[in-house]
Amino acid sequence: MNSLDIYSIDSLPDMSNNLMDWLVLMPEIFMLLATSTILMIGLFAGRKDELLTYILSLATLLVMIFLLVAANKYNDSILFDGMYVIDGLANFIKILVCITVIAVFVYARPYLLNRNFAKPEFYILGLFATLGMLIMASAQNFITIYLGLELLSLCLYALVAYVRDSNNASEAAIKYFVLGAIASGMLLYGMSIVYGITGTLNLSEISLYLANQNDVNIGLIFALTFIVIGVAFKFGAVPFHMWVPDVYQGAPTAVTLFIATAPKFAAFVMAIRLLSDGLQPLHIDWQQMLIILAVLSLIFGNVIAIAQTHIKRMLAYSTISHIGFVLLGLLSGESFGYASALFYTAVYVLMAAGTFAILLLLKNDSSNLYEDVDKLSDFKGLSQSHPWLAFLMLLLMFSMAGVPLTVGFYAKLYVLQSLVYNDFIWLAVLAVVMSIVGAFYYLRVIKYMYFDEIEDTLTSQNAPIATAVLSINGLLIVGLFIFPNYLLNYCVSVFG
Amino acid sequence: MLIQSAVFYFFAIILVSSAVAMITVRNPVHAALFLVLAFFTSGALWIMLEAEFLGITLVLVYVGAVMVLFLFVVMMLDINIAKMRAGFAKYLPVGLIVGAVMAAEMVIILSKSNFEHAQVKPKPPDYSNTQELGELLFTEYVYPFEIAGVILLVAIIAAITLTMRKRTVSKHQKPHQQIHADKTKRVRLVDIEK
Repeated sequence: MNSLDIYSIDSLPDMSNNLMDWLVLMPEIFMLLATSTILMIGLFAGRKDELLTYILSLATLLVMIFLLVAANKYNDSILFDGMYVIDGLANFIKILVCITVIAVFVYARPYLLNRNFAKPEFYILGLFATLGMLIMASAQNFITIYLGLELLSLCLYALVAYVRDSNNASEAAIKYFVLGAIASGMLLYGMSIVYGITGTLNLSEISLYLANQNDVNIGLIFALTFIVIGVAFKFGAVPFHMWVPDVYQGAPTAVTLFIATAPKFAAFVMAIRLLSDGLQPLHIDWQQMLIILAVLSLIFGNVIAIAQTHIKRMLAYSTISHIGFVLLGLLSGESFGYASALFYTAVYVLMAAGTFAILLLLKNDSSNLYEDVDKLSDFKGLSQSHPWLAFLMLLLMFSMAGVPLTVGFYAKLYVLQSLVYNDFIWLAVLAVVMSIVGAFYYLRVIKYMYFDEIEDTLTSQNAPIATAVLSINGLLIVGLFIFPNYLLNYCVSVFG
Repeated sequence: MLIQSAVFYFFAIILVSSAVAMITVRNPVHAALFLVLAFFTSGALWIMLEAEFLGITLVLVYVGAVMVLFLFVVMMLDINIAKMRAGFAKYLPVGLIVGAVMAAEMVIILSKSNFEHAQVKPKPPDYSNTQELGELLFTEYVYPFEIAGVILLVAIIAAITLTMRKRTVSKHQKPHQQIHADKTKRVRLVDIEK
């Protein structure tokens, strides 16, 4: 058996210096172990008893925030042969994701309980999706980006179909799954061509290789197109937005809330890792593609949203238009542009979380469990029946429209600033015009709430914790207008 | 070299035509069988690329396990082909044009000269594919390998979440009650008048 000496220990690479790597990976490892433990506890505690799962999930996420803050001291190390990077951006995004998921769970629970949808799986899949986002935030290699993305997407597909008896949800899940699979295929195809040309999957090595090339290989532009398509799909930018309205409307509102918030951070960090960390030398080429995506998203998102009569669908098109703004920030390809895009993403997630939380807290008298508060006309006269919720909705809608006294104003301002600074005056003008078009449908919601008579009385769920978190969320919209620098300084420093 | 190219084109033609047939045939069982053929020939192509382990795995896992299960499912489901194929003729011309344009663009752009950097050096004859893969998976690629494991776990959870229902009408045996049954619970004595 001469094959024995091939397998001898000596021929294996030394593993001892990898121990340090595992220590730095602590937050992700903790997250995985905790989630698996909660999975088992949820299994044996019985399906009805989801309170325990809920509390343990929140505890896990809180511990995660501490671990991530503690992980700041390992900043700027690259581990696992360049698979994993820990830098300011990764940590900042991870902390934001964990905070967002905590808020999502708190908002979602009263809704789930009210409709008998509450099962441990909601939190388990949510936690696994969070793990996927954390992996994406630290990815420094095509393979890790892709695996993180798939982990996130698989959980989201399952969550959309989570309420099995609803036909709309099943249809939305199938659409999301099929389109998502095609987008993943596109992304992988682009990655494989880049690998074929550069001979490496590592983003920093790709960047180094490209920087040393004198003339641009046309195959790379071809590959870049596919990679940009993959990113645009994850963002939901026009013309890869087909899934957004259907999924937002078809999924149970609690799941829509999840999809509309935390994964936006993941899409942002994926764009930064792929386009900035890996393909920065092709900046001129992807800038043109992002301009097209951003312009189309701004125009189509805002114009089509006007025609919507259902608020979840309207918010879906509004998301598309906000994504246009994020892309406007990204396309400048320099650090202030990235920082403004990150600021916009964070503000958008704050606004979307609050808006969907209000939808979750309200309920109509319909006996159909699968029918959520969705029609715009449901909001008529909300200020009389629920003055506080209506006021928070007013703040959120003003913020989405970009009206001063709300942080949405600064978010738009910084993106426009980066555009003007990079001589994209026409794009800045277009963005402003489209924001004014968009203001129409945000203000219409306010008009319904404050100036119209009550048609159907909505009741609200008795959920003190969710209402308290929602109030903080709504007031942050104003608070961050007064002190935008707290958030902006972080956003700038991670790209410093 | 000539023989190698000939073998390659032989497998490539079978692969492409079975893939086309898989989409176009009317019978879903035939479609699944054509997919098996496509997997099998791509496995052969991988072996030609000296990726023996992957080629064998493709045949074992996909052909041997996945597709057989898939065939069972296809045979048990009553799929209405006519309804699924509605609009096929309508979309065919557009699809053909888009496909042809994309294929032409790819042929123009992705010429061999683009990939000069990534020339693979031939390996020595005693090179073990399996050992090399194993070493890479547990050293350089251990982090993505673990993530792939988590993805599989999520797939299990998602599948169970979406399909498991507590059946209240299902009839199953309760061994505990069966053991503790005696004749008083089972036999009823009835006086029958003559």
